[in-house]
Amino acid sequence: MTIKLGVPSKGRLMEKTFDWFGARGIGLAKAGPDREYAGRVEGTPGVELVLLSAGEIPRELRAGRIHLGVTGSDLVREKLVHWREHVEELAGLGFGQADLIIAVPAAWVDVDTLDDLDSAAAAFRRVHGHRMRIATKYHRLVREFLREHGVADYLLVDSQGATEGTVKNLTAEAVADITSTGETLRANHLKIMSDGLMHRSQATLFRSRRLEVSQDDAKTLDALLEKLGL
Amino acid sequence: MIETADPAREAEQARIMRAFADAGAQAVDMPVLQPAETLLDLYGEDIRARAYVTRDPLAGELMLRPDFTVPVVEMHIASGAEAARYGYCGKVFRTQEMGDERPSEYVQAGFEIFDGSDTVGADAEVFALFSNLLEPLNLRAATGDIGVLLAAVRGLSTIERRKAALIRHIWRPRRFRALLDRYGGRSPVPPTRAALIERARKGDAMAGAGTMIGLRSKAEVAARIEALVEDADAAPLSGVEVDLLDDIVDLRDKAPVALERLRDIAVDLPSIADAVDRVEARLEALARRGLDVERLDFEGSYGRTTMEYYDGFVFGFYAEARPDLPPVATGGRYDALTRALGGTGAVPAVGGVVRPSLVVELGR
Repeated sequence: MTIKLGVPSKGRLMEKTFDWFGARGIGLAKAGPDREYAGRVEGTPGVELVLLSAGEIPRELRAGRIHLGVTGSDLVREKLVHWREHVEELAGLGFGQADLIIAVPAAWVDVDTLDDLDSAAAAFRRVHGHRMRIATKYHRLVREFLREHGVADYLLVDSQGATEGTVKNLTAEAVADITSTGETLRANHLKIMSDGLMHRSQATLFRSRRLEVSQDDAKTLDALLEKLGL
Repeated sequence: MIETADPAREAEQARIMRAFADAGAQAVDMPVLQPAETLLDLYGEDIRARAYVTRDPLAGELMLRPDFTVPVVEMHIASGAEAARYGYCGKVFRTQEMGDERPSEYVQAGFEIFDGSDTVGADAEVFALFSNLLEPLNLRAATGDIGVLLAAVRGLSTIERRKAALIRHIWRPRRFRALLDRYGGRSPVPPTRAALIERARKGDAMAGAGTMIGLRSKAEVAARIEALVEDADAAPLSGVEVDLLDDIVDLRDKAPVALERLRDIAVDLPSIADAVDRVEARLEALARRGLDVERLDFEGSYGRTTMEYYDGFVFGFYAEARPDLPPVATGGRYDALTRALGGTGAVPAVGGVVRPSLVVELGR
């Protein structure tokens, strides 16, 4: 048996994850040609690299099909109900930082706090006959956050990409999305609400709580974690 | 977890439905699949976290019924009938994100009275019906009346907008509290709002607003700024009134003692006098039905955190030795719901639901 380590299969997230492990003496690399999603691990025997979409890693950790996985802390919180019961957060990797925030049109000079949003939403519903729409792909996190803060009269509409454009396109009145610099939001005439920060996300190494490991695997895992300084 | 076939529960369901029929209920059934739009409109986005949502290629978004009340109210309105009584028994479906141990699919039996002629009498009748059904289990009964709190808010000496905002959040205690603190001057005005009001007073609130995008218009932004200025100009809620609201919200006692407290509060907050009269008349009606009102609990905030649309009398029956279980039965008056679905002329209604499986479990 081997310890399976799930890592994002492409882009900067993959490269930086490789760098992070490399700096700790564990060489991760794609095995074959660039388009093949197979990987190699050097420096630690008994560890297998599994390249996956970052969005699938939470599910694979929960199912116990991988022992360790690197993905955004936002994705784990969104996709796993009671995430702490399923995975353990081992280390923030210090990259892939992004804030999950709520943004509204910058021209809404009357809306800066959740209190404003709630009362603007009530008035909006009276005028337009439907609830204020918030475009997002983080349905659970946003709904929980707004419920906790007592915001009513909103409706979440699904947006899996180009979320910042939904307001201009009249398919939403506000957006809830991740942003690192806020530049795209500003370019789309949106502003971040001052108390609308839902989560500070970063690439994070998680351990599945689901897996029962053999004695050999437990040793491999311990050795790996020791090498990583965890 | 799903409730499966169980002869003991089926016998209990039959017993309950007989009691409903004896009380004059017409037995009705409702489709399991309900249009999501009606439920979303009533309950908002929160319902998505509680109900199963599915899709139909033609009908669009549908929900597995999270309760019978909404479809029963719609059916009653469509029938054009005035007074009516309904009983039903069937499965309801609720996701259980918060407490995974609770069943997500279980049988619910319910009884509803649509009748505007003697609302206090109908309240007492529904409560007595459930109390009698559950008598052998020796449950704790809790009651409340959201109408008292609604009347108290309506009677505050402040601007209408504040009252409307408080009433809108009666069912969200945390937001309600935050609003009270702000209107009472107990929490500071957010700096961005203070600055906005300052600019608005100079007449340049919209200066530098930039490109207007989206459906919400400049006029709507201006209207809200006007509302914020009106609010800033209004005197803070008096500390006395906030304290009286707190007294109502925090009230927990046996019903006769609670009634006395409400009478005391009504001296300083006369707007609740009628609502308190109804509490008293209801207790008398309950006593006439042979119920021991001395043992009944009354809570000023009871029913404020449920998903239902209760706006008057509310009640629940609890197994005190089993705090892990949900309430065995709950109910209340939901005139606001019939109004939301049927307009201002809608018939007032009161009802309750019971979980037969819990009755069986506790009876063992």
